[in-house]
Amino acid sequence: MALDFSNMAVKAWRRENGRVGVRNHVLILPVDDISNAACEAVANNVKGTLAIPHAYGRLQFGEDLDLHFRTIIGTGANPNVAAVVVIGIEPEWTQVIVDGIARTGKPVTGFSIEQKGDFETIRQASWKAKEYVHWATELQKEDCPLSDLWVSTKCGESDTTTGLSSCPTVGNMYDKLLPHGLYGCFGETSEITGAEHICEKRAATPEAAAKFKKIWQAYQDDVIEAYKTSDLSDSQPTKGNILGGLTTIEEKALGNLEKIGRTSTYIDAIGPAESPEKGPGLYFMDSSSAAAECVTLMAAGGFVIHTFPTGQGNVVGNPIVPVIKISGNPRTLRTMSEHIDVDVTGVLTREMTIDEAGDSLIDMIVRTANGRATAAEALGHREFSMTKLYRSA
Amino acid sequence: MLPLPRGFHAIIEREGPLSIPQLLVHDHEDNVGVVVVENLGAGTEMLCVVTADNSDFRLTAQADIPIGHKVALKPLKAGDTVIKYGEDIGKMVGDAEVGGHVHTHNCKTKRW
Repeated sequence: MALDFSNMAVKAWRRENGRVGVRNHVLILPVDDISNAACEAVANNVKGTLAIPHAYGRLQFGEDLDLHFRTIIGTGANPNVAAVVVIGIEPEWTQVIVDGIARTGKPVTGFSIEQKGDFETIRQASWKAKEYVHWATELQKEDCPLSDLWVSTKCGESDTTTGLSSCPTVGNMYDKLLPHGLYGCFGETSEITGAEHICEKRAATPEAAAKFKKIWQAYQDDVIEAYKTSDLSDSQPTKGNILGGLTTIEEKALGNLEKIGRTSTYIDAIGPAESPEKGPGLYFMDSSSAAAECVTLMAAGGFVIHTFPTGQGNVVGNPIVPVIKISGNPRTLRTMSEHIDVDVTGVLTREMTIDEAGDSLIDMIVRTANGRATAAEALGHREFSMTKLYRSA
Repeated sequence: MLPLPRGFHAIIEREGPLSIPQLLVHDHEDNVGVVVVENLGAGTEMLCVVTADNSDFRLTAQADIPIGHKVALKPLKAGDTVIKYGEDIGKMVGDAEVGGHVHTHNCKTKRW
């Protein structure tokens, strides 16, 4: 029986700005690498908080600094986050992050370490974090339309089974839910290479196609040509891809693009960690094809659930966004099933159609939104990886 | 132990005995298919299904071919274009007989 997606609901948190979150984190967010220790100390003092240490944030400049700020602000602003304590070494940049997150209307307070030291900063920030935990844990979930969710996708450790089963499963989900008002996001600029001509044709408008082509061409010129030292056949496809049967970058890209389904078209191509601004629909985000970086960028763009097809078995997770793993590779299901949320091996044995696999994924999205911990959450996978564009000053 | 969630459709009642294919092919234009079972041995007469329309045919594997790896559906010579998803995915740099293994040893991107 066909499912009616128009009135499916989930129990989730409606935030101050109207967005829907499926998790309720109190974040302890470092502005920079040297504030990680203070953030981790606060998270240790106050249970129910989450520190997300990272490697950067000092002496960056220009577009690279903009991306750093956008990623940190976007992470704090994500609807899966209830409230944020921001800690940075200096007050000025700390305030930039606080102001950015405050635009969502959620509670956020910043602390800076200079002229104070870790002890005093940790003392002050711990009191605020405790106040936020009491407040956030009393927030009630409410019925929200499924279509109010923002659902992103990126595949990893791809093989030929992802193109046959798990990627078209995600595509089927988008074909079914996007018409009802869902926000979707795909990206992986480097891994579109080989199918860029097909991706260009899947734009909803000539403007979106032109924006995609410009982003893709810039990647070819500024990254591939600038840094190419050898035949890239050695890294694209990756060793894992090749073990799984993928032979060429074209074959990998064609399987990758199965994630946007048969009928879906993207309405805009946006920069890394940028938020969609053209309303409901599918977006292409300029992003790394490395799993943790890509999921981090999409989470910073505001996406609250990530769907992740894998063939050979990528284990990635994210601190604030549940990552739902889908696999159709029977060997992976046999050897590392603890990482997989949705088993679509039935597509390969012809016991399950892509339509049925898509329904199973939608069912898992609903259950995840309602609170089911994903495999990555249960296993403590909280990879938070910033994308860095060039060397710091 | 709780079973791994397999979606609410799981195994569907099908008419007739269930036969599981060893090889899947995306499109009719393709000249390679993908092994979808583990431990496929040389000489296996494979059930091959074209996913575009669920049509099927038989083909004998000429080598032990790992799961996920490609099999030539037609005789392929060095220089031939390899077609999968109905698209050009690269060129042969060695030969493969029908039922033979197609991978990095005899197939390469045209890009680099």
